[in-house]
Amino acid sequence: MKELTCQVLVVGGGPGGYPAAIRAGQLGLDTIIVDRDGLGGTCLNRGCIPSKAFIHAATKYAEMMEHVGDGALGITLSEAPKFDMAGLTGWKDTIVKKLTGGVAQLLKAAKVQAIDGWAKFEDAKTCVVETSDGETVKITAENVVLATGSVEVELPFLPFGKKVIGSTGALEMTELPKKAVVVGAGYIGLELGIAFRKLGSEVTFIEALDRILPLYDKELIRPVSRWLKEHKVDVQLSCKAKGVAEEGGKTFLEYEDARGETQKIEADAILVAVGRKPLTEGWGLDKMGIPLSGKYIKVNERCETGMRGVYAIGDLAGEPLLAHRATAQGERVAEIIAGHKTAFDPVSIAAVCFTEPELVGVGLSPDEAKEKGETVITGKFPLAANGRYLSMEGGTDGGFIRVTARESDHVILGIHAVGKHVSELSGEFALAIEMGARLEDVAGTVHVHPTLTEGFAEACLAALGHPIHISA
Amino acid sequence: MTEYRYKLPDVGEGVVEAEIVEWRVKVGDTVVEDQPVLDVMTDKATVEVPCAVNGKVTKIVGEPGDVIPVGTEILFIETDAATAAAAKEEEAEAPKAEEKAPEPKAEAPKEGEKPEPKTESPKPAAPAKPVAVAASSGQRPLASPAVRQRAMELDVDLAAVPGTGPAGRITHNDLDDFIAAGGRLISKAGGGGAARAPKTGVEEKKVIGLRRKIAENMQKAKRDIPHIAYVEEIDVTALEDLRQHLNTAKRDDQPKLTFIPFLVAALVKALPDTPQANAHYDGENGVLKQYEGVHMGIATATPNGLMVPVIRHAEAMDVWEIAAELGRLAKAARDGKASRDELSGSTITITSLGAIGGLVTTPVINAPETAIIGVNKMQELPRFDAAGRVVPRKLMNLSSSFDHRIVDGYDAALLIQKVKGYLENPATLFM
Repeated sequence: MKELTCQVLVVGGGPGGYPAAIRAGQLGLDTIIVDRDGLGGTCLNRGCIPSKAFIHAATKYAEMMEHVGDGALGITLSEAPKFDMAGLTGWKDTIVKKLTGGVAQLLKAAKVQAIDGWAKFEDAKTCVVETSDGETVKITAENVVLATGSVEVELPFLPFGKKVIGSTGALEMTELPKKAVVVGAGYIGLELGIAFRKLGSEVTFIEALDRILPLYDKELIRPVSRWLKEHKVDVQLSCKAKGVAEEGGKTFLEYEDARGETQKIEADAILVAVGRKPLTEGWGLDKMGIPLSGKYIKVNERCETGMRGVYAIGDLAGEPLLAHRATAQGERVAEIIAGHKTAFDPVSIAAVCFTEPELVGVGLSPDEAKEKGETVITGKFPLAANGRYLSMEGGTDGGFIRVTARESDHVILGIHAVGKHVSELSGEFALAIEMGARLEDVAGTVHVHPTLTEGFAEACLAALGHPIHISA
Repeated sequence: MTEYRYKLPDVGEGVVEAEIVEWRVKVGDTVVEDQPVLDVMTDKATVEVPCAVNGKVTKIVGEPGDVIPVGTEILFIETDAATAAAAKEEEAEAPKAEEKAPEPKAEAPKEGEKPEPKTESPKPAAPAKPVAVAASSGQRPLASPAVRQRAMELDVDLAAVPGTGPAGRITHNDLDDFIAAGGRLISKAGGGGAARAPKTGVEEKKVIGLRRKIAENMQKAKRDIPHIAYVEEIDVTALEDLRQHLNTAKRDDQPKLTFIPFLVAALVKALPDTPQANAHYDGENGVLKQYEGVHMGIATATPNGLMVPVIRHAEAMDVWEIAAELGRLAKAARDGKASRDELSGSTITITSLGAIGGLVTTPVINAPETAIIGVNKMQELPRFDAAGRVVPRKLMNLSSSFDHRIVDGYDAALLIQKVKGYLENPATLFM
């Protein structure tokens, strides 16, 4: 058996692990990263990036369809565009390949040794890796960064296989399902379900709660609900999926409706999107003596676990399960190992949903702020009053930007938006919150015309009682 | 237009004077009824004083640090006649409310009338209007990520750095100034860099507010009370086992038990035999009040300084209830939300530095009480067992002080030995 030693061992090459390894390499630490499922993790291979490629293509197709027949914007297509699922999947794969290849290059440039294999810990600082070339390598590390990420939650009565797929399977399809049933109306289910609808599938959501997107307030999700309604997406709330049945060569999802009666619905594909859970099994966590907090590994603000020299980041280390949080933690951990004084200490972590229209949330909603004992003022700017929004065919979807600020000193506590392309505003929102901006700071920053960002300044002006482009 | 002279209202149970902490208004400001205009500190809590009328401030009397008697004219307000009359009408109506706590607003005496001396007062809870001032209750300091990172590197706690930016935002310059002025460093360990230069600054601080109150009380206690100290070692091995067990077996709605609730329970059982240690001694008049009930003061470190919230009638509680009340009071005190009522009336006090360490303390009695029980660090140490073998035991010192005018050394020792007996044989606590 080959034996290796290193200062830093990173297990998992996703958006938490690979930045940790690159940063550790930059800081001159002797670093090894072990990953089996392809560098880039869920994010690059079967999550953020592939799904956004899929959503982009679906949106493009839906937009093109609007030009068929009578046309729109003076553009007419004489016949309907043709869609080929395999072609989309192939295009998506080239993007993934480009990005994962890029990660490998970056690791190499940072002098990080990448090992393609599955790590299994024998104790907290030693693991054995079965590599893809059939070799066995034993690695002993001074510091360990656990970044194994998370996996899709599978429902015991709806096991993956055949017509039942998870988000991973949904991104590997070669044929568009005519009838798609999505179990779970959280952000993953909605993003993919909406994309299927745009491509022409009939889509039904089966959601156990009495509302969609429970993490966002009702005002914010109203435009999304409206889009679903207008596009004849069937959203069944307070319904519990029960199982799958085959009859006459057709597949059905059985579920209990809000009245407790059993129903069934035909499906060419059943997408189960009921959440993700940390990957804590199969790599020897039990040998490491690390305390958990619920289903996650317990860490402090320095991402330290209960075991000295062992760190955990990303989805493994608790909510929110977001790639950008993992990346930030990864960078901090590498610096902490290198002896820097630092910590993972953000004021907020922005979250985005690529639904139709898109949703952004940074910081506290008005209700959350009130729960924390804050007295707040809010300002809301409808994007229908923004010139750029109208010129991008927005304006009828109910989109808006809403800012929540402390009444006493006008410090911005939260920013939320719903509308086309608003995900790209999330950076300015997050910056405002991290910098401790007041309403006057944003309102006093000259925002470029014509862009959607003007809407942010206007929302702040609205909170201050004197917006320009709407009547106060 | 008339001038309304606003007098410092009674801010709580039997308080005859209060110290100005901060004026919230200045001459020329417009004020409205119920607007907090002034923060004052009584002997325990900081309270906001609300205004009684609408109008414009023409004069204010007194500066932060001044101690002023209740009824002093503190604020001159130019009002239009109507509102002033309305305010007077309210005053006239107020006394009708029979035994109810008078609202401070209603207390403001009419012009020309002498302030009524407050000798006795009804038994109100905290007065209705004034609320404790929470000193920036847990809000995180406002600073950009770069400033936060630099503060981390420099071991500076940003909560201690005054921000000069908008809304109190801390800038790089503020951080520089703070360090140049010899700002408080969290720790020197870890090679933060610049921490070795000699520092020559002297910061002069006016000792006001709670700190002055603490200083006065401590000086008075040490001057008036001949303290006798008594230190005893308690073997808490069995108690620790019991405590751990109870914490594992407890219901979700029950609080986690620390050592203190058991000590309270032991004192509750032991004190009836030494009633002079659960008492108030008025040395000037030569009167000792021995209480049947045990109102346990718990010395608590808060961001503003030492406070002593009180567990009332500990004798009527079990350890779970004591623990719950202890948790509630400690949080209220730390958040600056404890009422004056919750911060006074203790008959004996516990002070615990055990979590920090320390073998022995010589605690100062919380006058007019006659005893204070100090808890020191628990440690595992070797001791001989009955067979002469060395065994590991969990040991803890109790360092207590007694008012030797009232409590003889003999009685003090008996009390502590009794407490020791209960704590070392914890089953007896529950018999």
